[in-house]
This record gives sequence, structure tokens and C-alpha cells, in this order.
Amino acid sequence: MKYMLLLASDPADEPTPTDATFGPYMAEWEAYTQALVEAGAMVAGEALQGAETASTVKVRDGKRIVTDGPFIESKEVIGGFYVIDVADLDAALGWAARIPNAHFGTVEVRPVMEFDV
Amino acid sequence: MRSVEVADVFRDEWSRLVATLMREVGDLTIAEDAAQDAFVEAAVRWPTDGIPDRPGAWLMTTGRRKAIDQIRRARRFDDRLPALGAQAATATSFDAAASDEVEPDAAQILDDQLALLVGCCHPSLAPDAQVALTLRIVAGLSTRQIARAFLVSEETMTRRLTRAKAKVRAARIPFGVPTLDALGERVGGVCEVISSIFTEGHASATDTAFIRGELCEEAIRLAALLAKLVPTDPEVAGLHALLLLTDARRMSRLDRDGRPILLADQDRERWDHQMIARGLAELARAHSFQHGGPFQIQAAIAALHATAPAFETTDWQAVLRLYDVLLPREPSALVALNRAIALDHVRGPEAAIAALDAIPPADDLTGDVDGYPYFHSARADILARLDRWDEAAAAFERAIACSTNESERSFLRRRLQGLGGVNPRS
Repeated sequence: MKYMLLLASDPADEPTPTDATFGPYMAEWEAYTQALVEAGAMVAGEALQGAETASTVKVRDGKRIVTDGPFIESKEVIGGFYVIDVADLDAALGWAARIPNAHFGTVEVRPVMEFDV
Repeated sequence: MRSVEVADVFRDEWSRLVATLMREVGDLTIAEDAAQDAFVEAAVRWPTDGIPDRPGAWLMTTGRRKAIDQIRRARRFDDRLPALGAQAATATSFDAAASDEVEPDAAQILDDQLALLVGCCHPSLAPDAQVALTLRIVAGLSTRQIARAFLVSEETMTRRLTRAKAKVRAARIPFGVPTLDALGERVGGVCEVISSIFTEGHASATDTAFIRGELCEEAIRLAALLAKLVPTDPEVAGLHALLLLTDARRMSRLDRDGRPILLADQDRERWDHQMIARGLAELARAHSFQHGGPFQIQAAIAALHATAPAFETTDWQAVLRLYDVLLPREPSALVALNRAIALDHVRGPEAAIAALDAIPPADDLTGDVDGYPYFHSARADILARLDRWDEAAAAFERAIACSTNESERSFLRRRLQGLGGVNPRS
């Protein structure tokens, strides 16, 4: 079963390239992604650029409306995602808890809709 | 066969049957409906045919047949609606398993029941959904009974259960036997669910005391089941002991008009001494693991009350010491309130009122006692003993305003009037 792990955190909590912790932090991400691949659970995963680069699009009455910013203005922003394929929710929650920024951010685990046609 | 006996069999067999069916079909709704159908058939046939020699085996066979019926109906439906394909796939393997008529052994049944209970208390379900699912699926209460106990409409409770079961299916919440590590992580959550069912029954927010007592009994049954399934967890034993020792006082907690009676005024002869003995034995078992925890400490406090021959001879020193141990582990306003009451008996009203007044502004305590009538009535009581009459009267008024229970309000009004009687200035 596929689950999407949506990673939200406050960018202020993320180590920056000038921090001493940055190298080890990046190594954690690499190791985590590698572990997903080795377990055969990895479907997709990307890190996203900052929320300040986000645009939102909606179409109303046939007109396209483009605005600056993410869906909801909040301290925690979506910084990346994984799509994983595992046996059940407990397995997905286990992978979610191992995500490096789960220690200061939040991971939302959502089952992916499956269409059997 | 009398309906009482059917009810007894129901108690024993329901969760075993649902648990086995859940393992075999892997779908909560099918397992629940098939078990329900099997019990309906028992209720129709047993009174005329007599109880079968092995009621459990009869129910299991019937339940399996009902499950196959359910799945076949779903499969016919599938021909028109391919989206239900997943259920048809489970049906094929289940048909084969059921036709063998394998009787699960005792260890298997315990594993299945544990899987069912832990699954219903999955932390991905909202707390009220965990409670509702546990009462329906494990305890076997009807949706209507659960709705009445929680004072919501049957439609609301049906929706809550339907949503919970839909999430179990959609998010694929596993109902497998937890590994030892996973069990260690999850057993606390199961204890919380059972504890909240008991609290709902014990501290009734309304007048329906009769239904509430049933909730206490269900919680004790669930705690006993959990203690059987996880026999080496000290906190599970602690919870079971706490519920027994607390519920043993139920018959003396209300007067004939349904109004609460304070611990000090309760007729200790009416306490259930057999239940107290069971609670003390369970507490001793919890202590034997030599690993303390909040439920055990609360059970030890309940044991001190349950074994005191009279209110005056309660070992308040020991009660206070236990609250001092409990408070840092469970820094809640409610525990702080109970500690302040114990402090009143050990060091007097001055110390107690200082401790009580420190609770609402404290920011390291969880929960809020300001809307809790007992907090204000306890303050009122102590203020009266300090001759601070106006403040005492105001505190009683506040307690009455907070109470949502008519019998409690009338009890508090009586005490407010009683205050007038002893107030030298009124």
C-alpha cells in the first residue's frame, strides 16, 4: 500500500549550510533515503525549495488566478515529501518516525488513493 | 434458555468470535456483522433447540458461515462494481480456511483478542473513535447502548463508528498481533482507552447513573481481559486494581435520590468487600513486578481509602506521600487538587487552601480545574473552616454554576444552605 509522507517544519529550525550540524544532518537524509531504497519501499521523494518560492493557482469562473505563497500561511511549511510502498499503516508510521526533521517538524502520513480499474 | 444465560455466553464469546473472524477475513465490518448475525441466530435457536454442548464452537461455525455469506453477497456485488475487488480476493482464501473448520486453540484466541484490542486503540484513530470501536468491537455493546452512554444520538454514534472503520480500511491500520516492542509502545494507549471508559462511567456528567454503571463494568471487564492478555505488565495490573478498588465504592457514592455522598459520609458497610479483595490482590501482583507507574500509585491510594475502617482513620500521611510521588509523574491539575485535599488532612486548611489557590495559575500542570465543580466545592469547604464565609459562599456558587449534573447541583445547593446555618454572620 502506498502512503505519502508530507514533511512540514519551521524553516528556522532547519540547520543551514553555515551550521556545524549541517553536514551530519544532510548525511542523515542521505542514509534515510538509501534505507528506503534498500527496503524496496521507495516510490518517490523530493525536497522542495522554500515557501517563499511558492505560487498558488486556482481557476474561478474560467479565469486563472495566480497568487504568491503556499496554501496556508503558517510557521510550519511543507519542505518535501516521500511516497513509499509498505505493508500497512504501522510500517508507514515507522518510516515517518525515522525522517530526520521529524525531530523538530511534523510528518503527515496519508494513504494514497488506489483506483482498481 | 433464559436471556440471562444468553447474555453470559455473549460476554464470554463475543470478542473471541470477532477476533478470530477478524484474523480470518481481515475486514472489521465483515467480522462484526458476521458475529452479530451468529448471535442473532443463537438468540432465535437456542431457546427452542437448547444451548449447544460447546456454545463457542457453535458460534464460531455459524459466524464463519455468516462471514462467507457476507463475502459472497459482496462478491456478487463486485461483478457490477469492480472497486470491491480487494474483498473478493480475501474471500477466496477465507472460503478455503473456513471449510477446514479449524478450531483455534487457546493461545491463538488470546493472540487474536490482543490484536483486536490493540487495533481498536490505534493512535491514528481519534480518542473518541478508539473508545467507540473498543466498546462496539471488543466489548460487544450495541451502537445504541454506546450512544446512550455517551449522550449522543444513535446516528452520531453510527457515523463515528462508520468513520473509524472506514479509516481502518482506507489507511490499512493493521490488526495483527503486535510484536513485543510494538506492544510495549501500544499498551499504554489501550490502558488510556479503558481508563477513559471507566471515568466516563464513574464521574457521570449527567443524571443517567444507571447506564453509567454499565460503563464502569465494561471498563473493568476490558481491564481484566487486558490483564489476561498481557499478564506481565505492571501498569495493566495497576489499572485493573485501580478500577476494582474505585468501583467497589460505587453503591455508596449516591443516596436514594441519586445525589452524591462525600467519601467522609459514605457507609463503608455498603462497599463491595469482595471486589476490594480482588483489587488488593491485583495491586499486590502489580507491585511484584517492582516497576512503579501512575496507575499503580493511584491504585495504592484507592487501596488506602478502601481499607480504612473509617474516614477519620484513613492514613492521610501515606495518601499524601503517594500524591507527592504521583504529581511529578503526572503533573495534572486534577492530581494537584487531590493532593491538596490530602494536605488538608495532614497539615490543615491553611496549607490546603494555599495549595488549591496555586493550581489555576500554575503553568506546569495539564488540564484546568476552573470548570470542575469539585475544585470549587473543595475550596468552599476549606474556606468555611477558615471562617472565610463570603469566599466560601462564592466558591459554592461557582461550583453550582459549573455543574452539569442536576443531582450534584441540588447537593451543592444543600451545602451552600448548610453554610448559612453555621455562618455566625448570617
